[in-house]
Amino acid sequence: MGGTVVENIVRPKRLESIVDGIGQTPLVRLRSIDSETPGVRIYLKLEYTNPGGSVKDRPALQMVRDAVRDGRLTRERTLIDATSGNTGVAYSLIGAALGYRVSLVMPKNVSQARKDITQAFGTELIYSDPMEGSDGAIRLVRKLVSETPEKYFYCDQYNNPSNPKAHYLGTGQEILDQLGDELTHFVAGLGTSGTCMGTTRRLKEHHRPIVCIAVEPDDALHGLEGLKHMASSIVPGIYQPSHMDEVLPVRTEDGWDMADRLAAEESLHVGHSTGANVFGALQVAKRISARAGGSGTVVTIACDRGDRYFAPMTWEKHYEW
Amino acid sequence: MAITVRIPTPLRTFTGGQDEVQANGGTVAAVIEHLESAHPGIKDRLCDAEGIRRFVNIYVNEEDIRFLDNTETTLSDGDTLSIVPAIAGG
Repeated sequence: MGGTVVENIVRPKRLESIVDGIGQTPLVRLRSIDSETPGVRIYLKLEYTNPGGSVKDRPALQMVRDAVRDGRLTRERTLIDATSGNTGVAYSLIGAALGYRVSLVMPKNVSQARKDITQAFGTELIYSDPMEGSDGAIRLVRKLVSETPEKYFYCDQYNNPSNPKAHYLGTGQEILDQLGDELTHFVAGLGTSGTCMGTTRRLKEHHRPIVCIAVEPDDALHGLEGLKHMASSIVPGIYQPSHMDEVLPVRTEDGWDMADRLAAEESLHVGHSTGANVFGALQVAKRISARAGGSGTVVTIACDRGDRYFAPMTWEKHYEW
Repeated sequence: MAITVRIPTPLRTFTGGQDEVQANGGTVAAVIEHLESAHPGIKDRLCDAEGIRRFVNIYVNEEDIRFLDNTETTLSDGDTLSIVPAIAGG
């Protein structure tokens, strides 16, 4: 049925609240990239068209709605979580829209852009040690919550089942609506793993088999902001590797180069994690295309836009520890 | 030159878990060589054929070496060199 057509008509309509604009994102074919893989199409789901500018609007909204519904989040409590930024922007936007206070713990070296955006919504920022990365932020938020549990609702995106649920109900279903039986492969990067887990769970219920592949940085020290090298990280409770058909390691440089290529060739200015996703999708497409008569359709995710990273790309000259 | 080097979590497997190590060298490049001799394998994580890998951020005290003389930045006794990782996950 014409799900896409209907949504394309519905989307520009008026909204009663900005949060109603979350989800139903477009899917765009990467014609230049997939010209390398005859018989295989690659599509990118533009999650940066969400109101908060990233894929994280989906889980943030689901987590807030579910917590309000069962009373974990009230007007008296402050929503708190550890975030490298995009989830923080999403919480901030949704908190402001629905009237809930938000505090975020983030490593001090997150981009200035994200500190500015979240604060614009009235969010309180608490910084953790930049040397300890996002795991340092997780440890600090746990400490703060254990000291004054009555003050906070700890949303805990890494362990909250509403995170993958957002993708089960949203992202996965939308991809099926947009491509139907044409879809053969799904590729997505691992951060909290919510996108991979939830989308995969939905796609695996489809009546035709769909291969689901996770992308992760190839090393503990990497520059794919937003993605997690699981072997060296605090592993999210929602992460179940057995859901995935494969985990594909990607080098930082390959992800960065692909992000540049997407801007130059496809007019898509995306962040590095999207570069890694598309690099992974292209590897998968090449494998399919190399088989005799191989054909298929690969979908991956554009997590956010590249302008969210302008500050670290030009590098902040001074650092205050 | 005695230099204090701050090691991020992902590289502490090379330093036996230490978050700070002492190294010697008059330039950033010399300190990296010294680090490699004391903690073999660490240089490959920081450098490729062209020099410092693009995504690795190194600060001398509070200044990014990209705005100084990169790996040829000269160091003074007591300087702190910090290796700052990207931010992972969520």
